[in-house]
Amino acid sequence: MKIRYFAWVRERIGQEAEEVEPPLDVATVADLAAWLAQRGEGYAHAFENPRVVRAAIDRTHARPDAPIAGAREIAFFPPMTGG
Amino acid sequence: MFTVRIQREDFDAGAEAAALARGRTDVGAVVSFAGLCRADPAEEGGRLLALTLEHYPGMAEEEIERHLAQARARWPLAGATIIHRHGRITPGENIVLVVTASAHRAAAFAAAEFLMDWLKTSAPFWKREEREAGPHRWIEAKAADDDAAERWQSTGSDTP
Repeated sequence: MKIRYFAWVRERIGQEAEEVEPPLDVATVADLAAWLAQRGEGYAHAFENPRVVRAAIDRTHARPDAPIAGAREIAFFPPMTGG
Repeated sequence: MFTVRIQREDFDAGAEAAALARGRTDVGAVVSFAGLCRADPAEEGGRLLALTLEHYPGMAEEEIERHLAQARARWPLAGATIIHRHGRITPGENIVLVVTASAHRAAAFAAAEFLMDWLKTSAPFWKREEREAGPHRWIEAKAADDDAAERWQSTGSDTP
């Protein structure tokens, strides 16, 4: 699946997007964040406080317990500050 | 007409509001809200030079469209135009525009406020500050904005 990052999540991880194949036991958005956090220093920094990182599955806001099976694109980003 | 535009270019708030009612006789109220880039008195890091707005292309349009659909289900709107800019924006420039048109003012006022409240908390945009001195800084989300959006959920009524 494709993972996209925005704002300071993107800056900490050091890339805008990547393709990943998480193991099967990574079932939810929270599982995916925890799995990504182990991939390196930048990832750990981005997900150091998972409560402030929001997610979207296929361009729709998703809660941490949302299942990721079948998702094509998952995005992680800080709380939004538009308007 | 119902329009959502995400663009780098500036917009003309007056022209957009006029366009929404042009050629119609069923519109009795047009409410227009423009959000501008504001330079607060110099904070740590000095004077604000610019904001850079990052967005999630595709989702930004879709998320605003979803809330526009909710507004249309809730109030009898004759039209609406929502424009949100991205890229580098300097103090005094436009950032966002919400225009709503209806037969009567109550619906136009309420829908415009509803759309702005949701836009601030759920449309995927992020502001980064560029100041005279000091590193660039991402603006933090405000709890007050979340509260403003949430109040529309707790009341099923047409006003917050």
